This record gives sequence, structure tokens and C-alpha cells, in this order.
Amino acid sequence: MKQFLAFVIKEFHHILRDRRTILILLIMPIIQIILFGFAVTTEVKNVRVSILDHSKDDITQNIIQQINANEYLSISENIYTTDEIDEIFRKNKTDLVLVFSDHFDNDLRHSGQASVQIIADGTDPNMATMYVTYLTNILLSAQQSLNSGETLSGKFSIQPVVKLLYNPRMKGAYNFVPGVMGLIFTLICAMMTSISIVREKETGTMEILLVSPVKPIFIIFAKMIPYFALSCINLTSILLLSVYVLDVPITGNVFSLIFISLLFIIVSLSLGLLISTVTQTQVAAMLVSGMVLIMPIMVLSGMMFPIESMPHILQTISCILPARWYIISIKKIMIEGLSIFMVWKEVCILFSMGIFLIIISLKKFNNRLE
Amino acid sequence: MNTSTVIKIQELTKQFGSFTAVDHISFDVKKGEIFGFLGANGAGKTTAMRMLCGLSKPTSGNGTVAGFDINLQSEQIKQNIGYMSQKFSLYEDLKVWENIRLFAGIYGVKENIIAPKTEELLNQLGFVNEKNTLVKHLPLGWKQKLAFSVSIFHEPKIVFLDEPTGGVDPATRRQFWELIYQAADRGITIFVTTHYMDEAEYCNRVSIMVDGKIEALDSPTQLKQQFNAKSMEDVFFRLARKAKRGE
Repeated sequence: MKQFLAFVIKEFHHILRDRRTILILLIMPIIQIILFGFAVTTEVKNVRVSILDHSKDDITQNIIQQINANEYLSISENIYTTDEIDEIFRKNKTDLVLVFSDHFDNDLRHSGQASVQIIADGTDPNMATMYVTYLTNILLSAQQSLNSGETLSGKFSIQPVVKLLYNPRMKGAYNFVPGVMGLIFTLICAMMTSISIVREKETGTMEILLVSPVKPIFIIFAKMIPYFALSCINLTSILLLSVYVLDVPITGNVFSLIFISLLFIIVSLSLGLLISTVTQTQVAAMLVSGMVLIMPIMVLSGMMFPIESMPHILQTISCILPARWYIISIKKIMIEGLSIFMVWKEVCILFSMGIFLIIISLKKFNNRLE
Repeated sequence: MNTSTVIKIQELTKQFGSFTAVDHISFDVKKGEIFGFLGANGAGKTTAMRMLCGLSKPTSGNGTVAGFDINLQSEQIKQNIGYMSQKFSLYEDLKVWENIRLFAGIYGVKENIIAPKTEELLNQLGFVNEKNTLVKHLPLGWKQKLAFSVSIFHEPKIVFLDEPTGGVDPATRRQFWELIYQAADRGITIFVTTHYMDEAEYCNRVSIMVDGKIEALDSPTQLKQQFNAKSMEDVFFRLARKAKRGE
């Protein structure tokens, strides 16, 4: 055990003394998140909201006033029929349409529930989500002030029904956060681990270690631990950034998210081990992980282009990428707020991939010793 | 006599497919001996050495290293040997003392021994001021001396040196060999491969491998007489000329 610890310390030394690399590894995820985040979400200002008020009562008037008072939103048009919605969107006279149902006031007072519909232009899904989020917040604060007001008894809830025109499934929105996570972990775990193992082959120190009484498996695990730790730091920074800077909410369970991420990190580590057993030089290891892992992940994992719209053959190919399953499950949990039981398929696939990779690479590693 | 034999090899063979890298070699090495293991590139030196160190299993033949069977007890062998090669000279991005500490730990040197012994070693090498220097900042000759000292830090029975002085200037090589002699005096057996024929003269006994076989094995003086040569270089050339294998 003490031997093992000495090894882990050595590995940390290797990484920490290589200032440039460690900086890149720690800062890259932050830069990527921020870059992706702000490249796709521009400032929200002067969002034009049009109102279709079927109810025209005190409460709806109150809400409309609140919208107008908000510094980011302004009322542009009042429309009177649903047919006009499409028209004003097409003429680019509005960014959002807010529709109050008939008898809004009445419903709210009697059943405690009333519906509004928010319609947004989904061609730019990221912007649309931002707008909708702003408007929803206003509705929520209106709801709160209603609840605290004494004129009405009981609790009320206004339920916004969001409808995105033209891109109802919102493909593309927020995709980059799970995507960046998949990319970063693959990069750190698979690429850096394989490079660091192959480096010892290249410098000849691996030979020395193999002549020593240390068990080869110790050497490997000691190599993985620092990268595992690094990945955990990055996981934290990515999640914090996306929640507090980019306002990408974690709607699902954080622990499920972390659990699946750790699973993926382990899969990537074993992938790195596998790469290290088939390559002899650092350059080769870098090329293999770059070409075989990173590139396909960028293109095939749904980070940049939605998987659904890819040619069938590419979809099939993307199935063998662990990152694809990871990104899907993270999307489901983080963005869609599903529970971990709803992503059991992805978890199982990742799990079996992990076991498979570990067995293969340990076998290969031992063979190489012969 | 037999008790002081630390390496005993009989009919050791290694085949890779149809290629016989090491072809039925047999030899003994005695305790405290400096044994030179010579041969042209591709003669099978490294393969033979790897088998002795427990890194690869022989195709056939048997032998003992430090009293342990090379076929069955490679783990015990690893505990009792040291190893250093030209290619390797410690971890460049670790400090001098960290390297010592790491390898001492790997070989299970007791915690309370490591610190005083490290000081002693640094004193001996005149490295006291370099204790906290990263190895990559040391000159090559110093690295090699340090690497050798690290490889015998745990007092192994045998130390295998694979071209330890490659690329080092003559003066430093001299100093290096002084270290080797000191170690041999302490009873550590030295098993060394080299390309420098003047170094072969320093060995107690020398074996010369050609095409996987040991063609000559004796003390440098005897070999020179036997081949009627002026120097080991002559001896080597006469034998190596017969080689059919290229690189």
C-alpha cells in the first residue's frame, strides 16, 4: 500500500510539475464552457413580447404591466386572434407571444390554476430558451405576489405552457454542456492517461518499473488516480459554471449526474489504458486518441449536430462511442430532469463498455509484459 | 565454490516464432564478480538479460538468479536485483531525493534507513547541494552515476547494467567504473553490457555473444591470449565478423 501511495505521489509530481499542461487541463474546460456559452447566447435586451389576452382581467393586466416594467422585456403588439401569431413572427415584429387563456382570472380564483402559453421562435433555440426563461420568471414572481396578496385566499399557480414554433424539440439548446463534459473527460482520461503511460515506455522508465517488484497493475492504477482527481475538479468547475454563469439548470438529481460522470470517467480511463497498450510513442497515442476519440466525439456524439439528423450509418457508428451514451444520459438528467432510472439503458451500456475495456486492456497489458 | 554462484544458466533459449534470439547459452557468474556481457547489436544480449531479470519467460532451458528459478520465481528475482540502463536515467521531473525515495520505496527499503542512507549517498557522490535539483537539470554523467547508485540502493545481490555509460565522456566513465568497483567490493555482483571495449578490460570475466550463442567466455587476459589479440577490441572484431545477422 505504501508502495502504491509512493507511486501516486510520483504521478502527481509529474502532472503538477508540468505547469503548462496542468494549466491547460484545468482552464480548458472553463474556457470551453464560457466560449460555447457566450458564443451561442448573446445578451438579452429589448425582447419584444406580444400579448394575446383572451381574458382581459385585472390579473392579466397586472402581469402585462410587470412585463412592461422589466428592463429586458417590452410589450410590442397586442393581438386579438391566434391567426396573427404566425404573421407577427414572420414579419419579425416580435420575439415572444404570451397567450392568456379565457377566464384566466376566474380560473385562478376558483380552481387555483390557470394556464398561459408562451410561444417563441425556435429557430434559434438558445435565444428562445433565454427569452422564455425571462418571461417565465416574471410569471413566477407575479404568481408569488398573488399568493402573498391578502385579497385572494389559497394558493394559486400559473402554469406556463411553452410552445416553440419551428423547432419544437429545441434540438441544440444546452447541448454543448453535456458535450463539453464528454469531450473534456475523454481528453483528460483517455488521452492524457495513455500519453503518460506511453511516455514511460518511451523514456524507458516503464522497463525499470517492470524489473522492479512492483505489480504492473499498481503502476497503472497509480497513473489513473491523478487524472481521475483532475476530472473530478473539472466536473465541479463545469457544473458550477454552467449553473451560475450560463444559467443552464441542473433539473435532475445532482447525484445521479455525478454518478454517471464518474462511470464515464472510469470508462475513459480504461480506454486510455487500452490506447497505451497498442501504441509505442506519445505522438502515436495522441494521434490515436485525437483521431479515434476526440474528433468523432465532436462530430458524432450530438454535441455539435443532433444525432437524429445524421445519416443512418453515422448514427450506427456513433453507438460505439462511450461519449455518445454519456452525453445522452447527461442531457436527459441535467436538462430534461429525468431520474436515473429513465437512463438505465445508457448506464448499462456505459457499464458494460467499461468492464469490456478494462478486461481487454489488462489482458493486452499483461501480454505485452511477456 | 558452488554456494557463491549467483547466476547459473543452462541451455537458455528464447525463440520468437522461427527466429532464435538466444540459442542455448550456459554460463555461471560468481558473487562479487564483474561480468561483462558483450555482443554486437542484435546478438541477443538484451533478450538474454530480460530473461535473467524475469521480464520474459525462456522458451526452454533453466537457470537460477540470486538463488531463484528464472522460470518460476521471477517475483523473488525482482526483489533481489537492481537494474539500470542507458536509456533510463531516473525520472527527469522528480528531484534527486524524490527519485531515491521512490525507488527505495519500490524495493521495500525500511523507512528509517532511507533518510540517513540518502544523506550518505549524496555525500559520497558529492551531490549534497543537488538534493533538491530536478534530475533533468543534472549533466548526463551525473545522472548515470546517480542512476547506478539508486539501482544498488536496496543492496541487491546482483545489479544488471544495460550499456550504463552510453554517451558519457571518458573521464566520467572512469568515475562510473570506480563506483562499480566499490559495489563489487561490497559483494554486489555486476552484470554489465557495454559497447566500449576498454570497459570490457575492466571486467573480471567477459562473454561475447554472436548470433544468439556465446562464442567466448573468459577473463580479458585469457581471451586475448586465446585469440592472440592485442586488445579486447581485436577479440571482439574477430568474433563479431562471423555474425550472419544484421541489425
